Amino acid sequence: MNLESGIMNVQFSKEKLNKVSEIIKRYPQGKQKSALLPILHLAQDEFGGWLDTPVMDYIATLLQIEPIEVYEVASFYSMYNLKPVGKYLFEVCQTGPCMLNGSDQIIDYIKRKLNIAVGDTTADGLFTLKTVECLGACGYAPMMQLGKTYREHLTKEKVDAIVEECRNKAAINN
Amino acid sequence: MAKKLLLDKADVSGIRTYEVYRREGGYRSVEKALKMSTADIVEEVKKSGLRGRGGAGFPTGMKWSFLAKPEGIARYLVCNADESEPGTFKDRYLMEFIPHLLIEGMIVASFALGSNNSYIYIRGEYAWITDILETAIAEARQNGFLGKNILGSGFDCEMYVQRGAGAYICGEETALIESLEGKRGNPRIKPPFPAIKGLWDCPTVVNNVETLAAVVPIINEGGEEYAKIGVGKSTGTKLISACGNINKPGIFEIDMTISVEEFIFSDEYCGGIPNGKRLKACIPGGSSVPILPANLLLTTAKGEKRLMNYESLSDGGFATGSMMGSGGFIVLDEDQCVVRNTMTLARFYHHESCGQCSPCREGTGWMERILKKIENGKGEMKDIDLLWDIQRKIEGNTICPLGDAAAWPVAAAIRHFRDEFEWHVLNPEKCLTENFGLRHYADPIHVPVTA
Repeated sequence: MNLESGIMNVQFSKEKLNKVSEIIKRYPQGKQKSALLPILHLAQDEFGGWLDTPVMDYIATLLQIEPIEVYEVASFYSMYNLKPVGKYLFEVCQTGPCMLNGSDQIIDYIKRKLNIAVGDTTADGLFTLKTVECLGACGYAPMMQLGKTYREHLTKEKVDAIVEECRNKAAINN
Repeated sequence: MAKKLLLDKADVSGIRTYEVYRREGGYRSVEKALKMSTADIVEEVKKSGLRGRGGAGFPTGMKWSFLAKPEGIARYLVCNADESEPGTFKDRYLMEFIPHLLIEGMIVASFALGSNNSYIYIRGEYAWITDILETAIAEARQNGFLGKNILGSGFDCEMYVQRGAGAYICGEETALIESLEGKRGNPRIKPPFPAIKGLWDCPTVVNNVETLAAVVPIINEGGEEYAKIGVGKSTGTKLISACGNINKPGIFEIDMTISVEEFIFSDEYCGGIPNGKRLKACIPGGSSVPILPANLLLTTAKGEKRLMNYESLSDGGFATGSMMGSGGFIVLDEDQCVVRNTMTLARFYHHESCGQCSPCREGTGWMERILKKIENGKGEMKDIDLLWDIQRKIEGNTICPLGDAAAWPVAAAIRHFRDEFEWHVLNPEKCLTENFGLRHYADPIHVPVTA
């Protein structure tokens, strides 16, 4: 299989292509479609935090499946973003156990602090606020997911510190 | 202090690494099992009485014995680490802090079932735990417990971690298999069951994380010893993840003989309710099991102390009991609103319905909208009956149990807290700023004298 046959200028780095090959080897011959979820994660990390159509088409060619097989999967799972998101995505849990511990107030506080509604991105492109359903951190509520990590036992002060931390990181990277 | 089989070494510094885990006696069960016949291993698990720890409580040994073994066809073990039931976060703890315990149990199970390639399907949000597991797998491999010819036994086994991507439905085993095949997580129609036709149409066993971890003490101590712990058909120990309004939220390993009251109020466990508040209600086994008011939670309708085990928690059926479920224990204090809590759960199930069956796809949305209406002071009395009617029409009418899981919390909330729903309808303004409170939910229950 030619892993380098990219569409347009969407193309994994050499290192990522090696990772793709390694993932495909986890499954029996001919079952490379099983690699779809892990490779969509890889692509989302690599290509700006969301999955644009050319990216999904590229993955279809990599896995030798039809583009529709990629679209239907990408649209099913909540972690795949089908439109652009801010550099820092706040995914705040709002389900029962988090609600019992004040997640509604935390969500309101973030909305006011960043001056955005749920689902929106700040004008500077730094922050997106999403509400999500149970992330399995019920004992450490309220909480949110930020990138690969969980931020737990949230308070207004903690939210302030997280926003500050993200702004500082963004400033250093610029 | 109850005997701990899974978490006894959880506090040992460095237990996450192979070196410390091995020094503390880790991987002994693999050494022992590889010298046993596969049938004997299955027999030990049967004798232990171990029941699936994911929520359904199906006997694990029996599940293993159903696995078809046609000549020349691969068989697979898949670990269900898609922990997503609200209130449940025990598997996360096991994998995050003692990853080798799961891997050890999986090697034994893989050998017993004849799986040469085993997969851990983990919920996508547990991204950092994926890294922890992959590190632990690599360590086990370097030390000869995975790979070719494990400990010279001739048994080959590879293990891989597959990340999901945010879908509660993938905790249902056939949806999990679909997802592992790179598809949408739509549950399959059964039969055929995975034991006959599972991953890539091959015979497959899907077991929960805690279930597979429990295989380690079962092999080390023997099935009979394991079965001595607990009571009745609730053998061994169970991990409970406790949350909500309690002083000490977290993971507790219990033997299933303690009472619900002790579990909530003892300092060894939840440590009581913060700020001196009183207990109003509890969902004892993950969001899909029936919510109970304080009185029925602590005492069964027969007037007996309710215990933290499969039989006692379900005593009285759905009329007056609940379920052990996944062990996600959610406590509500007197200031919590059952209508609001139920609304968030209905929203959860609506969000997570895969959309395959119309009663679930449409019904969960209806329930969420009606509950929002009542919670926001816009409800009518007939909405409560409509809600009851909808949940009845979802239950039992879908391919997978998500429909039931969505219906049960709504049904139980209306069954036990109907007056709180009615209060919302009768007090449309007041319910926006005040809660119904504890009222009579902790009052002693009248126990009818039976001849």
